[in-house]
Amino acid sequence: MTDKVNIALRVNGKSYAIAVEPRRSLADALREDCGLTGTHLGCEHGVCGACTVLVDGKPVRACLMFAVQVGETEVRTVEGLAKGEVLHPLQKQFWENHGLQCGFCTPGFLMLAAGALEADPDISDDELREVLSSNLCRCTGYQNIIKAVKLAAAEMRK
Amino acid sequence: MSAIGKSLKRLEDKPLLLGQGRFAADYQFDRQLIMRVVRSPVAFGRILSIDAEDARAMPGVVAIWTAADVADIPLIDFRMTRIKGLEPYRQPVLARDYVRYVGEPVALVFAEDVYQAEDAADLVFCDIDEGVVHLDATAPPVEFMPETLPGVLSEPAVITKAYGELDQAFAKASHVVELEVAVGRHTGVPMETRGALAVHDPNTGVLTMYGAAKVPHYNRDAIGRMLGLEKGAIELSEGHVGGGFGIRGELYPEDVLVCAAALRLGRPVKWIEDRREHLLAANHSRDQVHRLRAAVDDRGFVLGLEDEFFTDQGAYVRTHGGTVSDLAAALLPGPYLIPAYRVNGHIRLTNKTPSGTYRAPGRYESTFARERLMDVIAHRLGLDAVEVRRVNLIPEDRMPYDRKIDALGTEVVYDAGKYHDLLDKTLAHVGYDQLRAEAADRRSKGEHVGIGVALFIEKSGLGPRDLVRARLLKDGSIEIITGVASIGQGVETIVAQICAEVLSVEIEQICVVHGQTSRIEVGLGAFASRVTVMTGSAAQIASRALRDKILAAAATLLRKDSAEDLTLVDGMVRLRDSNTTLQLREIADQTPDIIEAEGWFHADHMNYPYGVHVAKVHVDDQTWGVKIERYVVGYEVGRAINPVLVHGQIAGAAVQGIGGALLEEFVYDESGQPLATSFADYLMPTSNETCQIEMFLREDCPSPQNPLGVRGAGEGGLTAVGAAIGAAVDDALQSPGLVDCLPIGPSKLHAMVHQYSRNRD
Ligand code: FES
Ligand code: FES
Repeated sequence: MTDKVNIALRVNGKSYAIAVEPRRSLADALREDCGLTGTHLGCEHGVCGACTVLVDGKPVRACLMFAVQVGETEVRTVEGLAKGEVLHPLQKQFWENHGLQCGFCTPGFLMLAAGALEADPDISDDELREVLSSNLCRCTGYQNIIKAVKLAAAEMRK
Repeated sequence: MSAIGKSLKRLEDKPLLLGQGRFAADYQFDRQLIMRVVRSPVAFGRILSIDAEDARAMPGVVAIWTAADVADIPLIDFRMTRIKGLEPYRQPVLARDYVRYVGEPVALVFAEDVYQAEDAADLVFCDIDEGVVHLDATAPPVEFMPETLPGVLSEPAVITKAYGELDQAFAKASHVVELEVAVGRHTGVPMETRGALAVHDPNTGVLTMYGAAKVPHYNRDAIGRMLGLEKGAIELSEGHVGGGFGIRGELYPEDVLVCAAALRLGRPVKWIEDRREHLLAANHSRDQVHRLRAAVDDRGFVLGLEDEFFTDQGAYVRTHGGTVSDLAAALLPGPYLIPAYRVNGHIRLTNKTPSGTYRAPGRYESTFARERLMDVIAHRLGLDAVEVRRVNLIPEDRMPYDRKIDALGTEVVYDAGKYHDLLDKTLAHVGYDQLRAEAADRRSKGEHVGIGVALFIEKSGLGPRDLVRARLLKDGSIEIITGVASIGQGVETIVAQICAEVLSVEIEQICVVHGQTSRIEVGLGAFASRVTVMTGSAAQIASRALRDKILAAAATLLRKDSAEDLTLVDGMVRLRDSNTTLQLREIADQTPDIIEAEGWFHADHMNYPYGVHVAKVHVDDQTWGVKIERYVVGYEVGRAINPVLVHGQIAGAAVQGIGGALLEEFVYDESGQPLATSFADYLMPTSNETCQIEMFLREDCPSPQNPLGVRGAGEGGLTAVGAAIGAAVDDALQSPGLVDCLPIGPSKLHAMVHQYSRNRD
């Protein structure tokens, strides 16, 4: 299991040349090998969604994917969401609507919502609640998260 | 400028939104080793041997430790208990003679990398002579460790509290109502698992543990004592913490072990718990059975109440000692008069994960017990459930109300309260009569819809003291240093708002340093809804002292004899009746000494927030799922420093309460194997299982116990959820007294309904 494979991970528009064991999860590769610790691990078994990143625009659980599976695709993490000093509408609305408390689940929710809103900018409120139910938050009781995502959706449609 | 009472955006959010948080797992140090804990696979037995030879030969493995390697490290002591006789039940950092629960640490593997450490840990083999497991806390006690501690039984203590003439109450009573209720095993389950990284600096000799939470100062002292370190040789440092809820940050074996390892192996040592470990090894909570007996008159007034309850404390008595049982016993009478009371709270050990506190400890359980009792009394006597509560509530003119019992060693004296008022206002706010009429109407059409109401008393602002230091930095910003900890609840913003109000600056100009033992010598941490009350009050006092010093310094600069004509407005000092101003930066710059001040706040007594929960539920008689259609929390907060943050606390807590009422439970099989060891089995609410939590926040009754008038808001959103949902489900199914245990998942509810109708036939 210890033979390492050389791969080039493309994350947030940047290429990372790293050597990983085939069994290394994408989450560990992002966090440990690329130094992008914004992607969090809350369960490592695919339930909590704290590790959600976008792979070719689709939200995936980075704890359930091997780094070597990523291949030529483009990975996006929370670190790539803001454009310099300008926050993404989701980040802005989470901030303005108290959509986070401890903030541990936040990167996962932001990436989940970003993926959902990019795929369907006109997503209905019910679908949104359904999508957001894929991730767990233990602090907020979800209502401000849902509110923030709805407001961000409206802002992004403008 | 006024900052208090405004829903300002939080200071702590930006790094968290950008992915720049520094959670325990995010720290890296050169040459760091990874620690992996090998845990007992069985619930009870004598350790015969531990074979680590194959593991030792694995690549990357640097060391393997068993109990023999840490024999000099004492058992983990209590942080919060005054109960005597608990000492034999403390947990060792690694199991010595016996293992007492699945997940108990028995060995440690140190390796270069996480994957190697896990591979090696899998090869450590523990030979354990399994004994008979003991899993029922209501069963007679058994021996704790028969061979090594003969005669020591699994009941470390019974907590007894009493006041009034109970026998007379029962003699006078026209009715005696008995009830047994149970609350299952749940716990906080923060989204960030526990973790710690210990680094020893050979140059300074200081050992620093990163990843601290909740009570850094206490843990620093405790680890220092256990490892024989001089004062100043160990510091704890808190980064971001991904949720606390009572459980994260207690002193656990792993915290001590990473520190010992960093010292002894001479390299930084990091341990990050995985989720399975967390569910097996971090404190569980709740898990109480109450047997209540009430003497009641014809109006439903409770003349006397007797309770025998059992807390399943799990395998060892951890840092909290008997806190949960003590609080359950002290606060069971809640907001009611109850002239006579006697309680025996049995602390019982079993072969399950040890227990500690979880948000609203002892109160979620005892509120469920008491409020269910009120509902049953109303039903037996043919009275209205809310009316029975009104008859029993402590009237406003009896405040302050001395309970004549103690909680955590201080007398329970309700500081102030307008209980009838809050009840009436909350019911008016929700349109209670209409709500009931609508539910009855839908029931008549075949739907199962019901309304439940539950009342509670919380406690907040646990003393005895807090210290805050404030200083004006050279750039004109203000630094506030506190020994409190942040677990995500918004400490920085709240403290900054209180300080900003006094100093008339923007909160962005204030930097709040917390959780760093190297920065301040005293700190009590974050628990028991104490931060806003204790640290907030100390921050106000410190800020006022700083303001006086700033004005005095400005007076000197302006060559004034006194600061009388000076005021602080909009971040600068202004000379009254003139246009002369001085920026804070100028004052700091031109004053030779650093301008700093400190504030102490002392409190002998807690204050007691209170509230009313109203739940409307729909029960599906095909799936037996309970859907919450409406949930309202009426809460007296005294004074809301930041209303949106209070709402956030209450909503989050309420959803945890919903989890405890409907979903969450640690279940064990008959051999003591835990069946909820992943998020596929320990079910927490998602956005699909919740509804909008409506807030009816009141500031009608400020606490006289602190200068801000605040009451803590960390727990009250949770306290009465089980009771309100239980009552609502009873009502929906028109089955009074049906819900006598939590949680009630679909299959449990289905079984309960069938049992109920069998009993009725
Ligand atoms: S860490 Fe990947 S889903 Fe929980
Ligand atoms: S904000 Fe703490 S888990 Fe979501």
